[in-house]
Amino acid sequence: MADVIKVATREAYGKALVELGEKNDKVIVLDADLAAATKTGMFKKAFPERFFDAGIAESNMMGVAAGLATTGYTVFASSFAMFAAGRAFEQIRNTIGYPHLNVKIGATHAGISVGEDGASHQCCEDIALMRTIPGMVIINPADDVEARAAVLAMADYEGPAYLRFGRLAVPRVNAPDYKFELGKGVQLCEGKDVTIVATGLMVGEALTAKELLKNEGIDARVINIHTIKPIDKEIITAAAKETGAIVTAEEHNIIGGLGSAVAEVVCESCPVPVMRVGVEDTFGGSGPAVEMLKIYGLTAEKIVAKAKAAIAAK
Amino acid sequence: MDASVKKQLQIKACKVRMGVIEGVFNAKSGHPGGSLSIADILTYLYFNHMNVDPKNPKWEDRDRFVLSKGHTAPALYAVLAHKGFFSVDEIKTLRKPGSMLQGHPSMKLTPGVDMSTGSLGQGISTAVGMALGAKLAGKSYRVFTALGDGEIQEGQVWEAAMFAAAKGLDNLVAVIDNNNLQIDGSVAEVNSPYPIAEKFSAFGWNVIEICAHSFDEIDAAFNAAAEFKGKPTAIIAKSVKGKGVSFMENQCSWHGTAPNEEQYNQAMAELQAALAELEA
Repeated sequence: MADVIKVATREAYGKALVELGEKNDKVIVLDADLAAATKTGMFKKAFPERFFDAGIAESNMMGVAAGLATTGYTVFASSFAMFAAGRAFEQIRNTIGYPHLNVKIGATHAGISVGEDGASHQCCEDIALMRTIPGMVIINPADDVEARAAVLAMADYEGPAYLRFGRLAVPRVNAPDYKFELGKGVQLCEGKDVTIVATGLMVGEALTAKELLKNEGIDARVINIHTIKPIDKEIITAAAKETGAIVTAEEHNIIGGLGSAVAEVVCESCPVPVMRVGVEDTFGGSGPAVEMLKIYGLTAEKIVAKAKAAIAAK
Repeated sequence: MDASVKKQLQIKACKVRMGVIEGVFNAKSGHPGGSLSIADILTYLYFNHMNVDPKNPKWEDRDRFVLSKGHTAPALYAVLAHKGFFSVDEIKTLRKPGSMLQGHPSMKLTPGVDMSTGSLGQGISTAVGMALGAKLAGKSYRVFTALGDGEIQEGQVWEAAMFAAAKGLDNLVAVIDNNNLQIDGSVAEVNSPYPIAEKFSAFGWNVIEICAHSFDEIDAAFNAAAEFKGKPTAIIAKSVKGKGVSFMENQCSWHGTAPNEEQYNQAMAELQAALAELEA
């Protein structure tokens, strides 16, 4: 994959906000002293009068976002996933989720690929937390193309949404003319022996795993789930019925994230073996992002091993 | 303040207090103490100061109110009902399944409620957001919020205070209902927020200290806040928890307890007597 384009989804987030700002003067962006890292700094530069820095005070930022939303603005509130979903969970739950306000939480630096900053900043719990809030949409884009499309789509959606972006540049897996559909999984490859259901940067690994499995005579289907809530039950149920085994892959704790969401669907619709690849209920650590992904088993090789185990358990 | 206007506000406030007791008694739960301490200020805001239209509760140019001390919803509901946002009969449905009057305010269910609150410390941030929205849109509506003196122990209140001052939100007024009591005891004993005025002043706010039960002082404070430019205003309102019902006054135990039938009858008799005196 030497000539593959690699862009961080946070980069696409910043650019998409500017694009939105140009066509919609009701779009407001808030940040909590991380505008350079979350890339909302691009919006700040383009539309300084519609950018507000809350300083290092995420709880208040979420409340301010909610108040602004009641006055007719579409508000994007940004921080690292740890401080958005983590620190401000209850503000998001009570002040944004409960009144179902039009606030989009742009959470960057999600997952273990934060790298050197280590465990205190590597949020692998955010999807689990956000999934439990009624009415909350959760989107975890796989690449920059999908991230841009999701940001534009969510600006037109009325209600709360959690958008999850990464720090690390990730391979582009979608074509430039990609169409984002909220709540619809994307089947990237057909396959009949097993289905790999992946989200975020693990979609790229899933595509690599597909090739590795092919070398061993295993025909794997690959599905990209960008919308973790509401989850696409149809595409998952069909995969369970047609391939009889599923492996999930996510840069998140294996508890409460995509793997759990898929298992919930499969258990109720068409029980088949489901194996999960993710951070195995442990804290992260410091190191270069790519190395950390290997250390914590977020690799194509791990997907291959779990895919074989899932097939064996049929 | 004109004597007849004041008399009308006192009458309304007395009816609001009766609504508080009626609601909490019928619900067999709720928070009478802090509802009674904020009753005069809420009555003043909705009947004398705020620009609202009960026929059009979502009117975009209306003044906004956020009950950051959301547990005192019975007072807000009684005020909204008497103002005509919904029928006074609704008060008896407080906290019952399917009621528009939830234990804590819900903007989705109750006409006139501008923000869902209940988790302390969060309402003020939303009021700040509304005030920022008004400034951004070039609108002249103003935003009011009421906090408990125990509530300001929440760190988020000070995040919001810092932000509001930094953005120069002079269209925002925060009332601190300083009844000096919280669930576990006096605020001073539990975790002292004092000195409150100095804290808000240090955070860059215009500060006014008043008696929460004097309509003359309430009126003067809100009018002064309306004139004040460049800073948000904090009105520190010294109040009596349980005000208007003798056995509830200054009693911590009436923070979150409903009266039994005997207590209900006594409370209503006291308020009826006060009302009769005002109307005489």
